[in-house]
Amino acid sequence: MLEIKNLHATVGGKEILKGINLTIKAGEIHAIMGPNGAGKSTLSYVLAGRDGYEVTSGEVLYKGEDLLALSPDERASKGIFLAFQYPVEIPGVASATFLKTAYNAQRKYRGEPEVDAMEFLKLIREKTKELDIKDDMLKRAVNVGFSGGEKKRNEVLQMSLLEPDLMLLDETDSGLDIDALKIAADGVNRLRSPERAGLIITHYQRLLDYIVPDFVHVLADGKIVKSGDKSLAHELEEKGYAALSAA
Amino acid sequence: MAIRQETVEQVASVSDKYKYGFISDIEADTAPIGLSEDIVRFISAKKEEPEWLLEWRLKAYRHWLTMVEPEWANVHYPKIDFQDIYYYSAPKQKEKPKSLDEVDPELLEVYKKLGIPLKEQEVLAGVEGAHNVAVDAVFDSVSVATTFRERLEKEGVIFCPISEAVRNHPELVQKYIGSVVPYTDNYYATLNSAVFTDGSFCYIPKGVRCPMELSTYFRINAAQTGQFERTLIIAEEGSYVSYLEGCTAPMRDENQLHAAVVELVIMKDAEIKYSTVQNWYPGDENGVGGIYNFVTKRAACRGENAKVSWTQVETGSAITWKYPSCILQGDNSVGEFYSIAIANNMQQADTGTKMIHLGKNTSSTIISKGISAGKAQNTYRGLVRMGRKAENARNHTVCDSLLIGDKCGAHTVPYIENQSRTATIEHEATTSKVSEEQLFYCQQRGLSEEESMALIVNGFCKEVLQKLPMEFAVEAQKLVGISLEGSVG
Ligand SMILES: Nc1ncnc2c1ncn2[C@@H]1O[C@H](COP(=O)(O)OP(=O)(O)OP(=O)(O)O)[C@@H](O)[C@H]1O
Ligand SMILES: [Mg+2]
Repeated sequence: MLEIKNLHATVGGKEILKGINLTIKAGEIHAIMGPNGAGKSTLSYVLAGRDGYEVTSGEVLYKGEDLLALSPDERASKGIFLAFQYPVEIPGVASATFLKTAYNAQRKYRGEPEVDAMEFLKLIREKTKELDIKDDMLKRAVNVGFSGGEKKRNEVLQMSLLEPDLMLLDETDSGLDIDALKIAADGVNRLRSPERAGLIITHYQRLLDYIVPDFVHVLADGKIVKSGDKSLAHELEEKGYAALSAA
Repeated sequence: MAIRQETVEQVASVSDKYKYGFISDIEADTAPIGLSEDIVRFISAKKEEPEWLLEWRLKAYRHWLTMVEPEWANVHYPKIDFQDIYYYSAPKQKEKPKSLDEVDPELLEVYKKLGIPLKEQEVLAGVEGAHNVAVDAVFDSVSVATTFRERLEKEGVIFCPISEAVRNHPELVQKYIGSVVPYTDNYYATLNSAVFTDGSFCYIPKGVRCPMELSTYFRINAAQTGQFERTLIIAEEGSYVSYLEGCTAPMRDENQLHAAVVELVIMKDAEIKYSTVQNWYPGDENGVGGIYNFVTKRAACRGENAKVSWTQVETGSAITWKYPSCILQGDNSVGEFYSIAIANNMQQADTGTKMIHLGKNTSSTIISKGISAGKAQNTYRGLVRMGRKAENARNHTVCDSLLIGDKCGAHTVPYIENQSRTATIEHEATTSKVSEEQLFYCQQRGLSEEESMALIVNGFCKEVLQKLPMEFAVEAQKLVGISLEGSVG
């Protein structure tokens, strides 16, 4: 599904990604851990196509296609979803409006008929129920005045609605209370399927108890320095990254 | 929420840069170019006006000759040659149409091209059971089609071209014209008083709630014809009316002057809601062409508890110079000003309001949303004056500016004059930018860059958009997106 080959990228003229190699097959969940400032969010932004994140060399294939040639909205419509580490506020735009606009924009891109307000409402009610989100959140402006945890839940809600093929989760667990963490993880697990894949950035192995990854990678200083299975996360939790770099 | 979605779709489906850029070729019956006493007399004669009105026009003209063009606004443009303008042109028609079937099909075609909402087209086409919006269409300078007249007449509401009101209700026109905006008021209003050609007249009798929203579509058509509309609305005691004004103009290369005057008179316990969507041709990306829009709009709340609200969405024109004002004379009277002003490319907007508090317990609210993109300059200029007798008067002003890109400018110029010890004046102002982060967030969810921008800007304008009547809101949201095309990337 996703093949990252020797990816180098700069931000503000500074090289942050220094040769990433990573292959994610359909059906797999990969977790990425690593110290602050290692370049985890940068990797997710590069994959999503954010302006200012410049790829200097390497390539990325998504479903066999050159991902880097696509605009951010094309990538989204082709099934890449990024749950932001810091979700952005959009004053005056009701969450429901935002979601419906996004949902229909993607359907339109794929040549599917758009849904009307009634249909959409039915659909979104289902999702809010699953994720235990109060409907009044839909009326509020996107992320405006949301608590840290609410913002993260809102990201999961958006993802559940848009049903992406490739989920990129950037520290979605940070800021969630224990119950919310479980609900959010359930949301991700519901999407898990042999056709879908996920890249989950986290600092805590606790999340990986709920969303069990097939692989765990350690990203440090712009490179993947170690890969392993789920047990690597436990190891890191015990010993920290310092032990790793010393080794 | 459905509306905003629709907006995004509509915005996306409009590919032309300026879809209202066409010129209709209805033959014009035009006065010689330039301005003189003879031209003023020509206009008055064309309109078969009574002597008192001609005299009034002439007084205005003579006064205008003594005035100089104001230069205090933050707008810059080549000097207007007032002798290089045609002051009168009218579509040729042998007889006034008795019904819509008799209206020139070419004119109806024009409405279609203008994208007048389907419902209103139905109204124009005379479809039975069509929605209750009365359209007094001002085509160039002469009103051509008036609908729903009978239904309004039953309620005693008068809604007609002002030239007709001069003939049929001279006592009303004579009593109120110039009573809110005197002919000496300002350079452009004075010019308008001398040469106004047409506009709407509306009279709501005591205790009547106007049974429908009244709307007028303005359109500037014949080349180089300055448009001098004059609108007069009178709401008698305890009455209510909602009035919609929307306009578009064809694309052309020469700048066109537009100097309208709108006067509103509101008596005790009466209310006027006046909404405008203005999307005249703004000129091209390089600032060539476009309308010069110098408008004087003023409302006088003459009785207790009188209320007026101005809601405007200004997206068009090369230059906008417009300050819809409220004179709050009656005790407890209320004035509101809700504004969205968008300036893109080389557009210049200098707009705002004046709230003149004279009576006790008068209150006013100003919400201004200014959006600047490209190399545009957008200035909010607002005056709040509390008179000596304005005990416990209150004003609340919120003035938000949004910048798109880094070559545009936003300016806020509040003037406060307070002679009342018990008055409260609050002013809040913010300036923000559409952030790259916000755009990326929307795009990551599947919206194109332009759809993202339209969504974010519509969100910024929400408080004002909500004040518009439903149908207007749809059009306005669409316009917000269209007028920002080309501002991203
Ligand atoms: N615009 C920028 N200009 C310069 N440096 C930047 C810019 N944006 C990010 N960086 C730097 O890039 C590095 C990687 O940042 P990134 O956000 O990818 O880290 P991260 O691994 O996600 O860290 P965390 O665990 O704290 O979220 C950091 O050192 C950061 O300061
Ligand atoms: Mg990060």
